[in-house]
Amino acid sequence: MTKVTMTVNGKAVSKEVSGNTLMTEFLRDELRLTGTHVGCDTSQCGACVIHVNGQGIKACSMFAVEASGADVTTIEGMANADGSLSVLQQAFQDHHGLQCGFCTPGMVMTAAKLLEENPAPTEHEVRDYLEGNICRCTGYHNIVKAIMAASGQDVSGIAAE
Amino acid sequence: MYSFDIETPKTVADAVAALGKEEAQPLGGGQTLIPSLKARLAMPSVLVSLAQIDEIKGITEDAGVLTIGGGTTHGEVARGAASYPALAALAGNIGDPAVRNRGTIGGSIANNDPAACYPAAALASRATIVTNTREIAIDDYFQGMFTTALEETEIVTAVKLPIPEKAAYMKFEQPASRFALVGVFVAKYADGVRVAVTGASEEGVFRWADAEAALSGDFSASALDGLSVPADGMITDLHGSGAYRAHLVAVLAKRAVAAAA
Amino acid sequence: MPKDHGIGAPQKRREDVRFLTGTGKYTDDINVYGQTYCVFVRSDVAHGRIISIDTAEAEAMPGVVRIFTGKDFEDVGGVPCGWLVTDRNGEPMKEPRHPVLAQGKVRHVGDPYAAVVADTLQEARDAAEAIVADIEELDAAVNMKAALEPGAPRVHDDLSDNLCYDWLFGSDQDAIDKAFSEAAHVTTLELVNNRLVANPMEPRVALGEYARANDESTLYTTSQNPHVIRLLMGAFVLGIPEHKLRVVAPDVGGGFGTKIFHYAEEAFVTFASRKINRPVKWTSTRSEAFMSDAHGRDHVSKIELALDGDNNFIGLRTDTYANMGAYLSTFASCTPTWLHGTLMAGNYKTPAVQVNVKAVFTNTVPVDAYRGAGRPEATYQLERVVDKAARELGVDPIALRRQNFITEFPYATPVAVEYDTGDYGATMDKLEEMIDRPGFAARREESKARGMLRGLGVNCYIEACGIAPSNLVGQLGARAGLYDAATVRVNATGSISVMVGAHSHGQGHETAFPQVVAEMLGIDESMIDIVHGDTSRIPFGMGTYGSRSLAVCGSAMVRATEKIINKAKKIAGHLLEASDADIELKDGQFTVAGTDKSVAWGDVTLAAYVPHNYPLEDIEPGLEETAFYDPSNFTYPSGAYACEVELDPETGRVTIERFAAADDFGNVINPMIVTGQVHGGIAQGVGQALMESCIYDEDGQLISASYMDYAMPRAEDMPFFQVDHSCVTPCTHNPLGVKGCGEAGAIGSPPAVVNAVLDALNSGGHSVDHIDMPVSPHRVWQAMQG
Repeated sequence: MTKVTMTVNGKAVSKEVSGNTLMTEFLRDELRLTGTHVGCDTSQCGACVIHVNGQGIKACSMFAVEASGADVTTIEGMANADGSLSVLQQAFQDHHGLQCGFCTPGMVMTAAKLLEENPAPTEHEVRDYLEGNICRCTGYHNIVKAIMAASGQDVSGIAAE
Repeated sequence: MYSFDIETPKTVADAVAALGKEEAQPLGGGQTLIPSLKARLAMPSVLVSLAQIDEIKGITEDAGVLTIGGGTTHGEVARGAASYPALAALAGNIGDPAVRNRGTIGGSIANNDPAACYPAAALASRATIVTNTREIAIDDYFQGMFTTALEETEIVTAVKLPIPEKAAYMKFEQPASRFALVGVFVAKYADGVRVAVTGASEEGVFRWADAEAALSGDFSASALDGLSVPADGMITDLHGSGAYRAHLVAVLAKRAVAAAA
Repeated sequence: MPKDHGIGAPQKRREDVRFLTGTGKYTDDINVYGQTYCVFVRSDVAHGRIISIDTAEAEAMPGVVRIFTGKDFEDVGGVPCGWLVTDRNGEPMKEPRHPVLAQGKVRHVGDPYAAVVADTLQEARDAAEAIVADIEELDAAVNMKAALEPGAPRVHDDLSDNLCYDWLFGSDQDAIDKAFSEAAHVTTLELVNNRLVANPMEPRVALGEYARANDESTLYTTSQNPHVIRLLMGAFVLGIPEHKLRVVAPDVGGGFGTKIFHYAEEAFVTFASRKINRPVKWTSTRSEAFMSDAHGRDHVSKIELALDGDNNFIGLRTDTYANMGAYLSTFASCTPTWLHGTLMAGNYKTPAVQVNVKAVFTNTVPVDAYRGAGRPEATYQLERVVDKAARELGVDPIALRRQNFITEFPYATPVAVEYDTGDYGATMDKLEEMIDRPGFAARREESKARGMLRGLGVNCYIEACGIAPSNLVGQLGARAGLYDAATVRVNATGSISVMVGAHSHGQGHETAFPQVVAEMLGIDESMIDIVHGDTSRIPFGMGTYGSRSLAVCGSAMVRATEKIINKAKKIAGHLLEASDADIELKDGQFTVAGTDKSVAWGDVTLAAYVPHNYPLEDIEPGLEETAFYDPSNFTYPSGAYACEVELDPETGRVTIERFAAADDFGNVINPMIVTGQVHGGIAQGVGQALMESCIYDEDGQLISASYMDYAMPRAEDMPFFQVDHSCVTPCTHNPLGVKGCGEAGAIGSPPAVVNAVLDALNSGGHSVDHIDMPVSPHRVWQAMQG
């Protein structure tokens, strides 16, 4: 067992973990932050994307020991301080960018990074950036639309409600 | 996963020492290794993470040679290899953004997945693989899929790539994994052209000699007219036959030349 | 101007807030005190005889609580099938036992033959590896047609062969023979409806908990229908009476059919938790899901369409081989029959239609309903053969369809169902308006200038959903009724909890259902909450599948709300000293007709619970009503879909450039949600058409066993979709006039894609009249090689 200390959603945490403890397990089992989901075992689905030191990473493909000392943000840390939805989260609700909600945390975490890197992405850029996030419900239409809307772009011309 | 310890050395020397332990295994970005650990396909007693070794990170350029630390992530190469745009583009199209923030060039080169992108770039770019003990010419390095010249405790500390006059990489993605079903990297140097192919061959990444010869005389897509690689020895799987892969090699090589020219 | 509340309003979903903040509660998020972890040991061969299973070493390992094998399940029932299909000779289908853990033989890769329960997941996995099984590998039956050959390996030793049933349905033989003998033209097509894996993003999870003191079991599970699981598992497998068994399906991360079925793992954790008197949790990995979730589709069909000299359809016959896999899953038997054969008339007035289905056992994972379930298979056959006929006859594919549309309703098809309403011309008109067909030639030229081939494909669809009239399905072999139920509980201050039998796992019931009740009562939606997913809190409902939630459960909710209104009017009449017949309810106010005397909703509800001034001799206190609703017919959504593709002739790669869907769903409660349902359905249909394929090799090894080889559609594979549901012919037999929208996209889209690809290929001089799904680059390239 190794002691790891890190900051998660602004709060310092410290736990004893075994070497093979993944960040998904650390967050879900040790910290009971169950918003980070596990949808595959081949690092592809993206339901587990979190931010580590400001970078989007797949929590299923990083060991907790490797995040020792890091600043970590999960979906539970994405809302505004008063608990209201952030602009990005609100856009997902406004544009029906989620259905079952399982992939949603990863989508939001990935989209947040995209908008930091590229404040006004094109449709193609959004779709390309979502390469590692699989959604089975929405057909991506409303996810792409929500992300573009969150960037302040006018999406009223995009088909459908 | 089986149980194991993780060590996080800060220097190459410490990493090499740690790798000397029984059943120790290096951990790069982990984007390939961790899924295989989950499937219990590997049983290390110690994983030696290379992620915190600053001396093997970063990109430098000197006299037309790009040197990329083995611990440099795909994302860092995509953003930092501006002097070699074809390489930066290749790195920026590996996996997805989150994978690119963890996966490293050293890990990819050491693993030599037959469908990985970097091996094609390295082979076409006349790279030199720098390890903690020696430098290996790329033509001596790849030894068939998942096999390289690396010894057990050898770490890829850097990859040196002479920057070509012109280059481009064309990847045709396997629809599920999004690895290369076939990828072709073309690099034109003053004294000749190199064409490296990934994804296609049962032997892993390879150079297409006929194409290199044709392009060295005339660097245009039409110089490849009529050329093809034999389907024998090409991978056949549920995503495509050997014949299809051989066909794609020719198509993508032409497109790469057109994009580079 | 769209409404902002009530029926027809595109209300934002209230459930989104918890999903967007990471505070949803999925089954794997639930952990209970004393919980153990379970790992299944699964067969790595497709077919084998279990000689011995040695668990001694594993049992001695740290943390191991108990190891189970098939022997432990000899005294309990097998996992049941919910539908008895009768074959062409009147004989019942063959129904082999499906033990919770394999007994005697393993029958597919992934078939569990042992399970370890341990204190930690790591310990369970370690011990699972230490189990030594001697399994004699047998030849496997994999290919359906080969599996029916004499001498083929038998999946079940106690059956004489691998044929589950041979089902014949529709018009009588004379009518069919006459149609084909008189035909001026017959178009024949052989095709494969590719095997798929549903792949909801949340893998299955089951957590069994036992309270020995009062002999109560609770199962938390990723299910679309908790009462169905309670019924099947309690009554047929474990023999636990309903009042001692609670099934909870909390937030569920997508289902698409594959979470309808009762699975062995659910029975296992419930059984094991009772044996060890501790909770037992199983969480599927994605790799495990590929070899244990029921797969979908997997039909091989030959379809023939007979036309007269004027291109009228005069006869249709189809022969299908349908893969059942190794065991009969819950609805496996009815999917290729009653959900497929009954839709073979499609949108067309073909007078003679005959359907034959041979259901085959193979050494593969069980196959069952997946989004659309039988209806996509029917639509794909029909809409592909119609397109082929148009090409052969040199006529316009849309005109050929229009010429043969059913135009008068109700319409009784030759395959047993009666369409109550529809307007197929209207959805086709709408579609043509959406797709700019006149501009297609210019778009094709533009593609050609870039060396690309462009194709346009169109198709229609009809489906039967709102499943289903119990009387009818009972005659057809269903072993349960298919009604649904709702309880409307009005609280003293006027807020409402609606307990519904339907389960929401992405469909937005928590938002849409209150819109209906709010509209009926004239109160705000925020006063109404939906409760679902827990057998201890909801009435006995049959759950969510077959696009039934609103049409069936929503109708029950309407009926219960009507009872509430009736009773509330009586109370209001008392308070207003008027006859309840004179009381009108509008905007949350009860008013004596023609007067200004009124009383507010909240005053009436308070009187019901604080009955101080109350006609106790006439009316019970309280305000809570339950209704069960059993539909009198299926509902029949229909529509027309178009796909425009671009095809790279050098690589064979196909990209979707435009996709349009014009649907008639009857009345729509929340158009935003309906549109989202169509988007998702189209993506799954496009995925089937272009990318997805579940592949077994000849030994029965699952080749596409992870996302590394099973191609899931990603954002960049999809365009923005054009979706319209403004063509409305309300359902005639349910109170909301709704038809259901969940499956339409997946039903209507595959033929459009494939028709478009063939159009593109033919436009490039490649004379190709058929290509099987998935239309992968490799397949397209092969087709171009001739």
